[in-house]
Amino acid sequence: MAAVKLEAVHIDRGTEAKAELSRKFLYYMALMREVEERIERRLYRQGKVLGGVYVGRGQEAIPVGSGLVARPDDVLFPSHRDLALYFIRGVHPRNVFAQYMGRVDGLTRGRDGNMHMGDLSKGLVAIISAMAASVPVAAGAAMAMKYQGRDSVAMVYFGDGATSRGDWHEGINLASVQKAPLVLLCNNNQYAYSTPLSKQMACQNVADRAVGYGIPAEIVDGNDPFAIYEATRRAVEHARAGNGPYLIECKTFRMTGHSAHDPADYVPKKMFEEWGAMCPIQRMQNRMVEEGWATGEEVSDILARIRKETDEAIEWAEKSPYPDPSELTERVYEPK
Amino acid sequence: MPTTYVEAIREGIREEMERDPNVFLLGEDIGIYGGAFKVTQGLLDQFGERRIVDTPISESAIVGAAIGASFMGLRPVAEMQFSDFISCGFDQIVNYAAKCRYRWNAPVPIVVRAPCGGGIHGGPFHSQQNEAWFAHTPGLKVVLPATARDAKGLIKAAIRDNDPVVFFEHKALYRRVKEELPEGEYTVEIGKANVHRVGSDISVITYAAMVHTAAEAAEIVAKDGISVEVVDLRTLTPLDEETILESVKKTSKAIVLHEANLTGGFGGEIAARITEKVFEYLDGPVLRIAAPDTPVPFSSTLEEAYLPSVDQVVEKLRWLAAY
Repeated sequence: MAAVKLEAVHIDRGTEAKAELSRKFLYYMALMREVEERIERRLYRQGKVLGGVYVGRGQEAIPVGSGLVARPDDVLFPSHRDLALYFIRGVHPRNVFAQYMGRVDGLTRGRDGNMHMGDLSKGLVAIISAMAASVPVAAGAAMAMKYQGRDSVAMVYFGDGATSRGDWHEGINLASVQKAPLVLLCNNNQYAYSTPLSKQMACQNVADRAVGYGIPAEIVDGNDPFAIYEATRRAVEHARAGNGPYLIECKTFRMTGHSAHDPADYVPKKMFEEWGAMCPIQRMQNRMVEEGWATGEEVSDILARIRKETDEAIEWAEKSPYPDPSELTERVYEPK
Repeated sequence: MPTTYVEAIREGIREEMERDPNVFLLGEDIGIYGGAFKVTQGLLDQFGERRIVDTPISESAIVGAAIGASFMGLRPVAEMQFSDFISCGFDQIVNYAAKCRYRWNAPVPIVVRAPCGGGIHGGPFHSQQNEAWFAHTPGLKVVLPATARDAKGLIKAAIRDNDPVVFFEHKALYRRVKEELPEGEYTVEIGKANVHRVGSDISVITYAAMVHTAAEAAEIVAKDGISVEVVDLRTLTPLDEETILESVKKTSKAIVLHEANLTGGFGGEIAARITEKVFEYLDGPVLRIAAPDTPVPFSSTLEEAYLPSVDQVVEKLRWLAAY
C-alpha cells in the first residue's frame, strides 16, 4: 500500500497538484471498491465472512474526497459505508479482511464485525449499530477540541436514514449551541434499507434540515471526489475558525442492497442503470485520461497494484487465527 | 462541622476539578442555577462556563458528548437531572459507552450522575431507582453511596476511574444524612462493600437509602436481642461478593433489601449468589424486601405504602430470627 500522506492538497495549485490528487482519489476509491467486492462477492459467498456485510459501492467518492482533507489531528467518525477513511488513515487492508473474518488481527480482535471498527491512535472512532449515535459523540469530541484550544475538527459520517434519529438532531443542536468544530457528512444514497427517502423525510434535502440548527449546509455531487473535497475544505475552514458545525449533503446512490443478503428488489432497475453510469471510479478514470493527468496505462497500473495488494492482504488475513475462547471475558473493564 | 451528602458530592467534584484540568461538567441547568438539586451550586463561579457546560434538554447528546470528549482525553461528568430521564440517554450508555473497551479497546472514562429514588413525592418520573438496568450491562460500573463520607470518596474515585460509571445519588439523602468527613484527601474504592453495622444473627444486604432503613430496623430489633449486620454494597458493579458471603457465613441468615421494585431487581442476583455459594451455611430462606411491581406513585399514602419501610424490615427480621 502507498505511503499515506494526510496533509491537505490544494486543488487550485495547478495541473500537477490536480493530477496528484486525482491519483489519490482513484487509488483510495478503487481500493475500497476492490476490498468490498472481495468481501461481499467472494469471501461472504464462500462462507468465510460471517454476519452482516455493508458496502459503499457507488459512494466511494464521499469518504475519499472528504478524508483527504482531514489533518492527522482531526478525528473521523465513519459510517458503515466509508471504508476508504480507514485506508486513508493508514489501516492496512489485511486487518480489514481479518476484521470481517472475525480473526485476531482484525481491528476488534473478533469482538465485533464488519465496519464496527476503530483505532483511537489513528483518530478513527468505531460506529455502533444504532444510526446517528456517532453524531453526539462527535459533537463531544469537537467540544473537547475547543476546550483544549486545538484547531482540529471532528468529521462525522451518516446516511440519509440516520437523519431521522433523535441523536442526529440532539448532537447537531448541541454542537451548534457550543459552536463546536463539527463537520457533518451525509451520504444521501436515497434508501435506508428498503425505505426510500420519501418515507424518511418530508423535506426535499437533508441540507434543508440545517436551518433548524442555525448552521450552513451545502449540497454536492456525491459521486465527484473533487466536489466533495472542495466542499469539505470550506466546511473545515468554517469549523476551524470557530464558527461551529457545517453540513455537507452528498447526493449519491447505494449501488447494492442494504447488506449482502439484500437483493434490493424494491429499487427500480432504472435507478441502478442511471446511477451506474455515474460511477465515481469510472468517471475519475475517464477524467484523468481526458485531462491528461494520467495515461490509460498509468490508470491500469494503479488498478493492477490494488488487485495485487488485495490478493496479498486476503492471503495474510486467512492465516490470522480466530480468537481463543479464553479471551471471551477479557477487557470488559480496564485490566487491574 | 458535619457535611451533608449533597455537599459531600459537590466537594468531591470540586476537588477533582481543582486537581485535574481535564475534568468538566455537562448537564441541564447545572451552571447558574446550580443543578436541580444544587449539587453543582457555586462551581460555575469557581470554574467558569468552559468547565461547567449548560446543555440543551438532550440526555442522549449529553451522554454522547461526554463519550466523545473522553476520547479526546477529557474526564467528563454528565448530570442527568433525574435518574428517570436517563432512559433518554440509554442507548449512549448501554450500547455506546459500555461496549467501547470490549469492542475496540477504547476506554470511556465518564461519570453519569443520576439523582434517584423516592420519598420526595416526585411521582412516577422523578422517583425511580433504576440501577438494575445498568447492573445488567457489562462494561458499566454502578455506584450508589449511602453516606456523605462514601458519596465524596466514591464520586472522586468515579471521576478517576477509566471505565464508564453510573453514579446514583439518592435524592432523599441529599440533605438528610450528614457526618464529619475525614480530614484531607481520600477516595473510596469502587467495588468494595462496607459493613455499616456489625451483627451476628442476620445479615441485611442493601444499598443506597435502604442502608438507613435497615439500620433503623436493626436498632429496633436489637432490643429483642436480635443482632443484625447491615452490609452496604456501595457498588453493584463490580460486586463485592466476598463481603456478602463472609457476612452470611457468619450470621447464617440473610435478607436482601432494596428500594427498586422486586421483579428483576438486583436483590434476586444477590439472593441467588448466596444460595449458590454458601447454601450449607444457611439456617433459613434468603428473603427479599423490595417495592412492589408498580410504577412509583405520587400521593403520600400510596408512596409510603410503596417504599420498603422500617416496619416491614422489622417484621421480616423477627420472622427470620424465629425461623
